[in-house]
Amino acid sequence: MNMFIAFLLAIITSMLVDNVVLSRFYGICPFLGVSKKVKSSLGMGVAVVFVIILATVICWPLYNYVLVPAGIPYLDTVAYILVIASLVQLVGLFIKKYSPGLYKTLGIYLPLITTNCAVLGVAQSNTDQGLGFVESLANGLGTSVGFLLIIVVFSCIRVRLESSNTPKAFKGLPIALITAAIMAIAFMGLQGLFVRG
Amino acid sequence: MEVKKMKREKGYTRKNFLKGIVIENPLFVSILGTCPALATTKSIEAAIGMGLLFTIVLICSNMLVSLLRKLIPEEIRTPAYIVIIATFVTIVKMFTNAFLSELYSTLGVFISLIVVNCIVLGRAEAYASKNNVFDSLIDALGMGLGYMLALITMAFFRELLGLGGFTFGKIFQFIPLTTLQIIPKGYEIKMFQTPAGAFIVFGLILAVLAFIKNRKAELKANIEKREKIRKAQEAKEAALKAAVNNGGNK
Repeated sequence: MNMFIAFLLAIITSMLVDNVVLSRFYGICPFLGVSKKVKSSLGMGVAVVFVIILATVICWPLYNYVLVPAGIPYLDTVAYILVIASLVQLVGLFIKKYSPGLYKTLGIYLPLITTNCAVLGVAQSNTDQGLGFVESLANGLGTSVGFLLIIVVFSCIRVRLESSNTPKAFKGLPIALITAAIMAIAFMGLQGLFVRG
Repeated sequence: MEVKKMKREKGYTRKNFLKGIVIENPLFVSILGTCPALATTKSIEAAIGMGLLFTIVLICSNMLVSLLRKLIPEEIRTPAYIVIIATFVTIVKMFTNAFLSELYSTLGVFISLIVVNCIVLGRAEAYASKNNVFDSLIDALGMGLGYMLALITMAFFRELLGLGGFTFGKIFQFIPLTTLQIIPKGYEIKMFQTPAGAFIVFGLILAVLAFIKNRKAELKANIEKREKIRKAQEAKEAALKAAVNNGGNK
């Protein structure tokens, strides 16, 4: 029971308190690029959740049972990016075969995920901090769900911004970035929620 | 190839170098590589370090991709480029860890994340895979320098407003520690050191650039408008003159 609570706390910590986009700065590119419509941001977010969880599940054993015994732990970045790139391809093929409907909504976002720093960032920081498997999984789950949450909320705001009367120079990205700043301030309020443990 | 070289205009190299700094600035114009731009710009020193490492990786990967551009098959080029980039990032990471450990711990995971920086892959895909080694080197130098300058611009505002001054020598420890306090202690705005401050600074810089661009477009449109009116008037006058002349002739 105790472990379960710790697992839950770790998820919430990496989801809300240490949010990927707003306090760790992973995945800003899709955050700004794919958030013009709610539907596309939802697709991107779900695809990221998918890939991050799979990547965490694969990268952790890969590092601890292959790279470390082989004496090449410094090749972690190369190994991870290869895993992620092939994983994205595989997931794409798999979804295409079994769920064409889902592929239609997720398909275009899958290639973009390879260069999403959130995926590599999670795998790399799991290794750098020396987390165990369950902790890594919690980190991956929390981070990806946090990304999904923030990109959907952000796209909802951006849809409203589109039709509002903003100064000409602020149209488009600048006002979106200011909005993100205000969201970051709001999320800073969550920092006192838990002590990271 | 020879024909292409003959056709090359003069000053291409200079233009190629300068385009990365201003016209096609990767951060402020193309909005690429935003993650490190927000995460590693708390101080000018960190920005310089990030820019340097980034430029080194970009130069190496651009040159190697350009060298291998005829060997890499079209279908698997993206994975091939990623492996090339990841290799150089690993080398740079290990060197940084050995010789500049302060920089290594400041940048942390963002050194590894150069791998997924869209600019590096983008330059490999868009430029190095189509051009010769020398041009790719110049392109990488320009882009890297442009990115570094953009990072320094962001860090300048964040450090000045957030900490009230600049500190050098903390990360690059071979420089003697110097502090330049401009805003007196107690009057700095700490918020600019937090993530929120990073977003605000980036947004405001983009807004200023958009303002300048709009203003330029407006001026140009105005000049064109005036030119049009002037031309129309001239045509009218000419027509009038012609009519008068015709009348005189009659």
